[in-house]
Amino acid sequence: MKQLQGCADMENSLELIAFFLLAGSLLTGALMVVTLKNLVNSVLSLIVVFFSLAGIFILLNADFLAAVQVLVYAGGVCIMLVFGVMLVQRKDMRESNPVNRRFLIAAPLTGALFLLIGLVAAKSPWVKEAGEVPENTIEHLAPILLRDYVIPFEAVAILLTVALTGVLLLVKEVKDNGRSS
Amino acid sequence: MNIDFSLLITEISLAILGLTVFTLGLILPAKSSQKGLGTFSLCGLLVILALTIASWGNQGETLGGMYLADYFTSFFKILSLTALILVILGSKNYVNSQIENHLEYYSTLIFATLGMIIMFSAGDFITLYLGLELMTISFIVLTSFRRTNGKSLEAGMKYLLLAGLSSAVLLYGLSLVYGAAGTVFIKEIAGNIAQGYFNPLLIVGLAMLIAGFGFKISAAPFHMWAPDVYEGAPTPVTAFLAVGSKAASFAVLIRVFLGAFLEMQEQWTMLIAFLAALSMLIGNLTAFAQTNIKRMLAFSSIAQAGYILVGLVAANEAGIKGVMFYSFIYVFATIGAFTVVSEVYNKTGSDDIADYAGLSQRAPLAAVVLLISMLSMAGIPPLAGFTGKYYLFITVVQDYLWLVYLGLILSMVSVYYYLRVVLVMFRDEPADPAPLKLGSTASLTLWLTLAATLFLGIYPWPLAKLANTVAIAFLAGL
Repeated sequence: MKQLQGCADMENSLELIAFFLLAGSLLTGALMVVTLKNLVNSVLSLIVVFFSLAGIFILLNADFLAAVQVLVYAGGVCIMLVFGVMLVQRKDMRESNPVNRRFLIAAPLTGALFLLIGLVAAKSPWVKEAGEVPENTIEHLAPILLRDYVIPFEAVAILLTVALTGVLLLVKEVKDNGRSS
Repeated sequence: MNIDFSLLITEISLAILGLTVFTLGLILPAKSSQKGLGTFSLCGLLVILALTIASWGNQGETLGGMYLADYFTSFFKILSLTALILVILGSKNYVNSQIENHLEYYSTLIFATLGMIIMFSAGDFITLYLGLELMTISFIVLTSFRRTNGKSLEAGMKYLLLAGLSSAVLLYGLSLVYGAAGTVFIKEIAGNIAQGYFNPLLIVGLAMLIAGFGFKISAAPFHMWAPDVYEGAPTPVTAFLAVGSKAASFAVLIRVFLGAFLEMQEQWTMLIAFLAALSMLIGNLTAFAQTNIKRMLAFSSIAQAGYILVGLVAANEAGIKGVMFYSFIYVFATIGAFTVVSEVYNKTGSDDIADYAGLSQRAPLAAVVLLISMLSMAGIPPLAGFTGKYYLFITVVQDYLWLVYLGLILSMVSVYYYLRVVLVMFRDEPADPAPLKLGSTASLTLWLTLAATLFLGIYPWPLAKLANTVAIAFLAGL
């Protein structure tokens, strides 16, 4: 019995270590995204952020979410960002993500807000107990998406349609006479 | 868990209409036949409005409380549909000459309305947030619709960045409230708080919610985007943004703050009162210096947001009634004013107040409608704006007398910058005396808004009684 307890403790402390490593790399990565002067480096640290977040999802037993996080964000979104960076090229890539003076005002303010929320969150009682995690998380998705949350799901479908047509409209080629093709 | 589709009749038919307009636009070959899309959407919207009014008595909630259909949502559904119909009716000339892509324009407008309706009918935060995003993203697209115009693109860019920021703040607030209250359902949050359950994190979440929604209603100090976006967006879009997006956000503010946080009232009324005072001050005082009529109307709409917030400070049935009444009459005044602005722009290509010189001689109807709309916004009796302001401010006379004084003084002040435009229209000689011919549908819109503003000012009883019933039912259903 005691051994079992020890095992659980061991697992808990390992989980704690993993969490701190992941959270640390997430926060460092996020800071680097905004402070690094080279936009390409910022995108690279964003990938670090996405991967760390996927790790945290795995720690919470949300394996499907973690997979989506890696596929969509670390994969798709970052590739798109890289393309964006390449297309909107500056003269000097080393100065493509400049930090302006307001950083000096913004940093202490956001830092204070971060501390405030952290302190309040640490002192608050948390009611939500973690539910039992099912063995296989994917098979429960369909009823959730298509029955329980069908209205938000359909709203997302329309939202994506609007966003897609809007983007197509805005990037349509403009001819010399000012009219679009 | 079964879905009661009869409760979703407005939403489903709006989605179908939007997709039909879209498909029709793709099928119709000739550029000229695209112009019929406006008439088509107009007819469709009239049918949907009739359906919504017919299903007034059909109340309930579906999907386990995730989606609500009560008198409150029906009222705001009718309001948003009316606003959209008036905007489309009034802007046909403008759209035909200034906007190329009709199918995207009309379908995006319809989807924006759908987003508003989903947003204020939501019973939980997930649905609420997705409705809000549907509305916001549609408006971002619509704002930058005149994409060969630099100002329109600038406005779209600014709206995109600031709306993204405000959504992030709102979402963080929603997640903090979820973490602290343990549920995303608005009703259950109220239940948890009523059980004496209190968490300091709720306050932080609440403050972030106020910031996020404050952006949507363009209340100071979250109003920075409004003047630039209002100025750059196509004028009909500006009108719909000022009326529809704002009214829907007020509806959702009432739903969340009275629905979930009524027990914590003392924590947030002071903050809302502060926001209301600041909006009235900044909106009215900055409007003085404007030379562009759209910018001036933007600042005036910030001030109007301040007046409407007063109804939320009271947080009782009279306050809700005030908000609902004022939101409805604000539809007519604002759309009337912006229809004139878009017609004038269509003919003269200018939004400068100086170019309104002699409008009373060139287009008497437009000048009169602009006069009546602006006087109604300033709250001059016997126009509807006076009654609306009376209903709003009477609710806080007991507890926040300073707010009433401030509102009264600033309403007086606002008369000055409204009358400045009137003076230019009626006193100055026009640079070009040729009569300015209004489109027939635009004239119809102007007559309708004029009639509504006058009628509801002299005889507000039907609308006031309706709003009162709805407010009582809303509070009883909490």
